[in-house]
Amino acid sequence: MTLSSPADVRERLAAVDYLADDAIATTVYLAAALGKPLLVEGPAGVGKTELAKAVASITDARLVRLQCYEGLDEARALYEWNYKKQLLRIQAAGDQSWSATHDDIFSEEFLLERPLLTAIRRTDPTVLLIDEIDKADVEVEGLLLEVLSDFQVTIPELGTITAARRPIVVLTSNATRELSEALKRRCLYLHLDYPSPERERDIVRARVPGIDETLAARLAQVVAVLRELELKKPPSIAETVDWARTLLALGLDRLDGEAIAATLGVVLKHHSDQERARKEVVAGDAAAR
Amino acid sequence: MALLDRHLGFVAALREAGLPVSLAEGLDAVHALAAIDLAERESLRAAYAATLVKRQASREAFDTLFDLWFPPVTGSPEEARERPAYGDPEVRRLRDELSRLLLDGDDDLLRAFARQAVGTYGRGSGGGAGESRWFSYQVLRTLSPETLMAGLLTAVLTERGGLDEKVARRTFTRRVERFERLVAEDVRRRIAEDGGAEKAARGAVRRPLDEVDFLRATRADLAAIRREIHPLARRLAARLAHRRRHGRRGRLDFRRTVRASLSTGGVPLTTHHRPPRPHKPELVVLCDASDSVSSFAHFTLLLTYALREQFARVRAFAFIDDLDEITRFFAPGADVVEAMTRMTREARLVWISGHSDYGRAFGVFEDRYADAVTPKTSLLILGDARSNYGSLNLETVERLAGRARHAYWLNPEPVRDWDTGDSAASAYGAVVPMRECRNLTQLADFVESLA
Repeated sequence: MTLSSPADVRERLAAVDYLADDAIATTVYLAAALGKPLLVEGPAGVGKTELAKAVASITDARLVRLQCYEGLDEARALYEWNYKKQLLRIQAAGDQSWSATHDDIFSEEFLLERPLLTAIRRTDPTVLLIDEIDKADVEVEGLLLEVLSDFQVTIPELGTITAARRPIVVLTSNATRELSEALKRRCLYLHLDYPSPERERDIVRARVPGIDETLAARLAQVVAVLRELELKKPPSIAETVDWARTLLALGLDRLDGEAIAATLGVVLKHHSDQERARKEVVAGDAAAR
Repeated sequence: MALLDRHLGFVAALREAGLPVSLAEGLDAVHALAAIDLAERESLRAAYAATLVKRQASREAFDTLFDLWFPPVTGSPEEARERPAYGDPEVRRLRDELSRLLLDGDDDLLRAFARQAVGTYGRGSGGGAGESRWFSYQVLRTLSPETLMAGLLTAVLTERGGLDEKVARRTFTRRVERFERLVAEDVRRRIAEDGGAEKAARGAVRRPLDEVDFLRATRADLAAIRREIHPLARRLAARLAHRRRHGRRGRLDFRRTVRASLSTGGVPLTTHHRPPRPHKPELVVLCDASDSVSSFAHFTLLLTYALREQFARVRAFAFIDDLDEITRFFAPGADVVEAMTRMTREARLVWISGHSDYGRAFGVFEDRYADAVTPKTSLLILGDARSNYGSLNLETVERLAGRARHAYWLNPEPVRDWDTGDSAASAYGAVVPMRECRNLTQLADFVESLA
């Protein structure tokens, strides 16, 4: 399914419960229209990975995910030869000539596809998600350059494999380190930040069906106040949604100092952050009542 | 053609403002423009942002320039008026309207109102004949939106105090800021129309936060910088951990090597090594806590404490003309803001004058805490080396520096101000290597080299 305009993207994302603003819709549309990778950066838990999943579902594509971590290498990201199977093949060859065996063991049958190669060789619509690229080592970025600019992979024994159909590529990063200029130059850039209370309210309502509208609005505003305290880890959208679910499960229909104090652990996960929130938000409320 | 010229002018202005826009990215932007509906201004902004701005720190500069090159409206049709006196019925009417808009929170109406207000009260007199000037402070002084807060709060709250007030206060503060920004934006637009966008762009773009001078930062800047400290510490810690793992390899791990060789028929194709023992310096920080440089000392302390795991031990001392150990305020898990206030309240830093006296402070340090500095210690001194013409006590500093493994002096003043007035930068610089450390970028670079 092709995307026709930013407004179209926005509508379709809304249909899968992802509420996009102008910037998100336009950037996603451009990524699809220009066939360029999309680098999404922002603090943890603002919906970066969710965006990739939503894009996959609005384009009826399969999501191929490459989760990055320290020590990720070519063999885990791109492809690997199945050594054990090759060894068996050589042992089973018996008196077959070496050249025949040689051609045989470097063929499709012995190739283990990893996410990058899978995404490139697929002929159906694909969204390739390269998650948390900042966690991977700098060398992985070098590996990605060829894949992301030309959508091709070179395997010495098989030759160059070019994408039959360009996948939509989404890279996410928490900005724990600065990515290389070369990689950034090849990507479209989208910075996702914490949403405005109004948008967050709508997100909560979309994600937690059955929540009261005023409670959702109140929740979003309280979270916005919390984010402005100097916390070690400000609450993410995912945590706001969890908080909404918690309140719903406990049957609390209003969010006052007492309710916040009882459920603060859902949004703040550092002891000093909780202390601070208690002092600044909850205590004042108790005094006022 | 006009669009292309505008595009080129815009890209040139971005480069002038320090954004690294490459040729390829400029071309991408043109491709993007062809794919979207140009009449949609926010789409246009998003398209430019996606292709040209690859660092969030540059985003503010980008938005300012975008508003100059692609203004939402043109012309100044409003009739200019003299700034009325306080209490004028017209002003009261406008303030009432603004109040209503802030309560309502509709962005489009607020923007229209800001535009109208700038047109009416923003035109300044003076300058050459026929030259018009625009000022946002005239508009803001006339309407003084910040004084509307009390009325706004009464309008939505039944009782004051507590969480409700906090929530409401936050909402209205944001909206007032938004209004002020809209006024400034419209003023810049009109200046650009009168004198060209290039001229208006000059001076309109603020430097990104990590290049703001500590000593010249406004209160809002300081708060923003403080919020940046933790993310920065996380980035630094990640980078240091990475460097440690990939630096020098440790001794051969015989067991793991043999174990791994089993999968290759007993031939050890790859060797495995033990992780190297991390080098963790002990850190002693001596910081000048007098008013002139205290914000700098705060940031450095915050950053070193945020990176506590990277050091074997951190001890901190603060001085003005007396010196006290302040390590106790920074217990693990303690709240940093709290620690700072306790430090200024409880630590004994002032002896007589309350002006920095480096010579005496170093003397006291050697008398009381001489054992803090050992051959394993990195000694870090923070201050502007302005000792109010008092004694310098150079021999003591030299002795301390000689005993420590490394010694550094971070000076928040720009190098060109060193040795002016009562600054003893070169005198101290001769015994302890002194580095300029004016902004977050330089601070981060230094801390990374230290750990």
